[in-house]
Amino acid sequence: MTQPLTYFKETPSQTAGPYVHIGCTPNFSGLEGVFPADLGTKMLSGEAEGKRIIIRGRVLDGTGAPIKDALVEIWQADAKGLYNSPTEHRGQADPNFTGWGRCPSDMTSGEFVFETIKPGQVPFKDGRLMAPHVTLWIVARGINIGLQTRMYFSDEEKANADDPILVRIEHRHRVSTLIGTKSGDEYTFDIHLQGDNETVFFDI
Amino acid sequence: MSNQKPETGAFFQRDRNWQPDAYTPKYKTSILRSPQKPLLSLDGTLSEITGPVFGHNILGELDNDLLLNFSKDGQTPVGERIVVHGRVLDERGVPVKGALIEFWQANAGGRYRHKKETYLAPLDPNFGGCGRTITDENGGYCFRTVKPGAYPWPNGVNDWRPAHIHFSLFGHGFSQRLITQMYFEGDPLIWMCPIVQSIGDKDAINQLIAPLDMASAIPMDSLAYKFDIILRGRRSTLFENRREGN
Ligand SMILES: [Fe+3]
Repeated sequence: MTQPLTYFKETPSQTAGPYVHIGCTPNFSGLEGVFPADLGTKMLSGEAEGKRIIIRGRVLDGTGAPIKDALVEIWQADAKGLYNSPTEHRGQADPNFTGWGRCPSDMTSGEFVFETIKPGQVPFKDGRLMAPHVTLWIVARGINIGLQTRMYFSDEEKANADDPILVRIEHRHRVSTLIGTKSGDEYTFDIHLQGDNETVFFDI
Repeated sequence: MSNQKPETGAFFQRDRNWQPDAYTPKYKTSILRSPQKPLLSLDGTLSEITGPVFGHNILGELDNDLLLNFSKDGQTPVGERIVVHGRVLDERGVPVKGALIEFWQANAGGRYRHKKETYLAPLDPNFGGCGRTITDENGGYCFRTVKPGAYPWPNGVNDWRPAHIHFSLFGHGFSQRLITQMYFEGDPLIWMCPIVQSIGDKDAINQLIAPLDMASAIPMDSLAYKFDIILRGRRSTLFENRREGN
């Protein structure tokens, strides 16, 4: 007889439903007076290091229509490539930058917007540098388990070409689904849940 | 305080057979919102192993008290008063300390306080329906609320959601991020619900059903339900190049 290998099973996910705002961005949903502000609306204070950028996009369903009840969260490194997290052991991240943002899609246009900074490069497990990127997590009514993906930057062609994750994508035309398109200081990143342009989602 | 460094291993691979599928046509909204191409499977990098952590300074005194956090003139909401409590552990059984939990729910009549909600059941002037807390050193959490009502929803002609509380959880790594729902022991609507049925494994569904916990009930005040939550576990860092945390 061997000892039993006892591990728990991860709690199953369920859809965030149409009213995810009540719990995650109550002030946005018109439920005011419980929390002073919605979490994740402000990622940086004035002294934050790095180049200010805006990330703007929509989550599109299988008909190409923007979803108006999604919640998008982003997580990214600071300008030096450090994460503002207790599990970051490489150094002290910029205290004026949280690295985490949360934005509900607009109830009319479906657009989400993040005011953030351009992240630095973060090493892959083998020490190679990954191209600058932002990790995204998307939940909504009809999404049974949160979807994880990344946005890379269109003005980082060289770094993108060497990125250890992007090179793993077998169908090369799909790489473009992970690239935010630069226009001035803004990057546009639409997330396609289905169709020819379906975004590459990760199981990571 | 512990002098142990936070663990930095990658997470165990997610068991996609235990988790719901993306495409579950009985839940109609999933049809156009489910990715159809395979997911790209990768071992976690620093971008997933790290994650935001929130301090107790974000919490207000009544954030885990839905009986009082929206009440007017000290009046409490209508409904069955309950305590919901439990522990947040990872798949290895290690308590997840300092984890932010957000929760939201309908009132006792099954009505949400939201701009877009149109169900004919009335709003309760003393009930907002949202709260949050952070787990303690043992991964424990608790909050007070009223038991939410069941409500109808436009899917089938006569589909009703079982009574439930929505939960959002942060662990210590961004890929532990989880949104789920807690159901109540004994509710016959659980087994008829297309959203519940998005989970294929009956044991997995049972993991979302909180038992009535009479030992934690407060006599002459509140019943209690116990809901433990498991987040993804980390691989041991024992065999990584740099030994730490072991
Ligand atoms: Fe609900």
